[in-house]
Amino acid sequence: MSAPHIPILRQGKVYQSLDVQTVPKLGTDEAAAEISFACADMIKYDMHKMESAREALKKFSCEELVAITKKAGEYFLEADLPIGTDGELQSPEDYVLSLASTSGLPHSLIRMNMKRLGGIFGQIDDIFQGLTRGLEWSVLDRGYGEQGGAPVSFSPTTTELAVILPSNSPAVNALWIPSIAMKVPVLLKPGREEPWTPWRIIQAFIKAGCPPEAFSLYPTQHDGSGAIIRRAGRVMLFGDDSTVKQYENDERVEVHGTGYSKFVIGEDEIENWEQYVDSMVESVSANSGRSCICTSTIVVPRYGDEIADAISKRLAEIKPLAQDDPEAKLSGFANPKFAEWINEAVEDGLTSSGATDVTAKYRDGDRFQEREGMNYLQPTIVRVDSFDESLALREFLFPFASVVECPQGEVLEKIGYSLVLTAVTKDVKWINQLFDCPEIERLNIGNVPTNRISWNQPHEGNLFEFLYTRRSFAFAESA
Amino acid sequence: MTADEARSQLDERVREMMAWHFSEETGTPFWLDWKKEAGWDPREEVKSIDDIVKFPHFQDEWLRDEKNERFVPNAYKGRPFNIFETGGTTGLPKQRVGWDDYKHDYEQFSDQLSDEYFPKGGNWIMVGPTGPRRLRLAVEHLANHRGGSCYHVDLDPRWVKRLIGRKELDQVERYQAHVMAQAVEIIKHRDISCIFTTPKLLASIGERISIPDHGIKGCFCGGTSMTPEYVRFLQEEVLENKSLFVPTYGNTLMGLAVSLPEELPQNDYSVTYFAPQPRAVLRIVDAENTEITKDYGEYGRVELTTLTHEFFMPRFLERDEAIRRHPHEKYPWDGVGDVRPFGALTKKVIEGVY
Repeated sequence: MSAPHIPILRQGKVYQSLDVQTVPKLGTDEAAAEISFACADMIKYDMHKMESAREALKKFSCEELVAITKKAGEYFLEADLPIGTDGELQSPEDYVLSLASTSGLPHSLIRMNMKRLGGIFGQIDDIFQGLTRGLEWSVLDRGYGEQGGAPVSFSPTTTELAVILPSNSPAVNALWIPSIAMKVPVLLKPGREEPWTPWRIIQAFIKAGCPPEAFSLYPTQHDGSGAIIRRAGRVMLFGDDSTVKQYENDERVEVHGTGYSKFVIGEDEIENWEQYVDSMVESVSANSGRSCICTSTIVVPRYGDEIADAISKRLAEIKPLAQDDPEAKLSGFANPKFAEWINEAVEDGLTSSGATDVTAKYRDGDRFQEREGMNYLQPTIVRVDSFDESLALREFLFPFASVVECPQGEVLEKIGYSLVLTAVTKDVKWINQLFDCPEIERLNIGNVPTNRISWNQPHEGNLFEFLYTRRSFAFAESA
Repeated sequence: MTADEARSQLDERVREMMAWHFSEETGTPFWLDWKKEAGWDPREEVKSIDDIVKFPHFQDEWLRDEKNERFVPNAYKGRPFNIFETGGTTGLPKQRVGWDDYKHDYEQFSDQLSDEYFPKGGNWIMVGPTGPRRLRLAVEHLANHRGGSCYHVDLDPRWVKRLIGRKELDQVERYQAHVMAQAVEIIKHRDISCIFTTPKLLASIGERISIPDHGIKGCFCGGTSMTPEYVRFLQEEVLENKSLFVPTYGNTLMGLAVSLPEELPQNDYSVTYFAPQPRAVLRIVDAENTEITKDYGEYGRVELTTLTHEFFMPRFLERDEAIRRHPHEKYPWDGVGDVRPFGALTKKVIEGVY
């Protein structure tokens, strides 16, 4: 198919800008898409009108919106959906090819992410129930009701959920999908190389009967993103530690930052470490190691060398392959410079005598590879002597983890924040300590890869509590 | 006027200005000293606009480092002058002296304005940098010249630039809100039919009130570069396609380059500006070799030559780049299109801050 023109969506209305930018297919001069860019002031203007978008959603009951979301999931996975402004349709396979052409993701990973997003649509009722702790949907329709025998009323904190999306991870769109069933319109700023996924999700929702007004899509420059972040009632964005720090006292902004997810094995289970190699390999390498829920540090009381060696052997099998190779598990970098910068950072850490690249002896060639015009970083396991090593607690956008030995009793004081922590142990006392630790967001007890999460529980914040606040209320008896 | 007639008029103006600024009776001390050092007499060698390349580029630092009196032509000696400042952020600003140029420039501009959208006798409001800027007097003179009065709301761009430099964007918004609150109050409670402001301030006013619904029919805008999409946004959405958007390009050193507002929609909102020839000339030059004029349709750096009795400034390189555009029947000399900060594609520029 020809390069489509991705327009701006202003509460569902197509708007073609005079500011059009071309996104090329990676490694070529060929256009993958023409994208309309919105100016910051236009976005500001539109944000004054978001109440009408919410009004359009409020005409539907939550039950209807849940049904629409489920149907939209089927369309997202299977239907030919409109793309661009010329009436063209995009098949699921077209979507895979388009996203691969601009993101560098292998087709297999895109399909995996599609399936994952499909799961979000399909489980929307469970997710709704999980995040609201069993709230009856009618409470949101009516504004008040009962939950667990107590009177409850919820009011929205915002007229829109704004999301500044990244370019490297289609699965993050999972975070905003439930917002529609919760009657909060979305305002999306897509990553420059990844307009495909939010566009397709929106089209699936509209085909399923959702009011188009619920969707605003603004490809925009930095000043446009800034306007969205400063003005939206609720914002999700993705960034590094400095971004997290910048917004830590702003309740409107939820920053999805570095995960620092970890896989730890207790004293009681360490002799069985070989049984957990599969889980560790999956935790490090799933989604090409790009997710914040991928393990970046493995902590064990002993056998550090053996574990690092065993995982390295397995990870070295993951190599840069053709994007359409069904076995491809490693993503190229849309921005080739990223691969160079990350590789330099890893090499810098390896100059220390306390850090060894264990994977180096098993993999073909250097960590940094070029293939068909794209840059790749091959999986890397670094054995470090202690948490003092600079690579001990680092996270990178490729399959990377450190392996560090640490007595079980010192683990909690050493590891810092973890978005996901898997602890393989049956030690009840330690398990209780882990549950007590405020620095662990999601806790898996037992042999569960860190990348497997359930969406009916909070992930970097509870979406329902982000979008709604509980109020007290009373009706006079005569009312 | 034909292109040839315009060209003859300009060449004649060049000769007249050489005679004026380089003669002892009427000339400017700065240029008279320059002539001595240069060792050649522009009155003999600069006979047309093509000869202007014999001058080096005017350095705007001279407007800071030289005393203002050095730029007073002997013909105006003893006559008090206005002092107008250009942009600047810190330290001693660059200054230009003047007497009546701003009146001539804005009267000439007034002739280009539509009486339908800028009604004679209508009051104006200026929202933007006032203080020591030429614009402050110029817009008021324009209003008076057209039979109206002018309200003013001040904005200090130097402070805004400092805030942006320090990344205090919240403060920028708060300051802008403070300015807007004053502007909106006046627009709401006084009879105003015309406005001068900057693009961003116009958008900001439009966020708060419907500009056409409050009686404003014409908007004359200048100050920063605008993309075609932004011009379209201002005309179609901020002014709701009811009031007329008139973009201009200018500064203290040039005067006012006008555009063709009525042709904007058919040109996909790409703005072409025409210098106030023969009082000032714009040339699009090769940034690497500024003697070369770029071809039509090509981007190049903007070079300004000002040719008035009050001020002679040859070949000043603006901090902008633009596309060289063909002459228009209304303005039969080269235009400059889609102006943007020089090097906009390669470096970050604090521009368009207010």
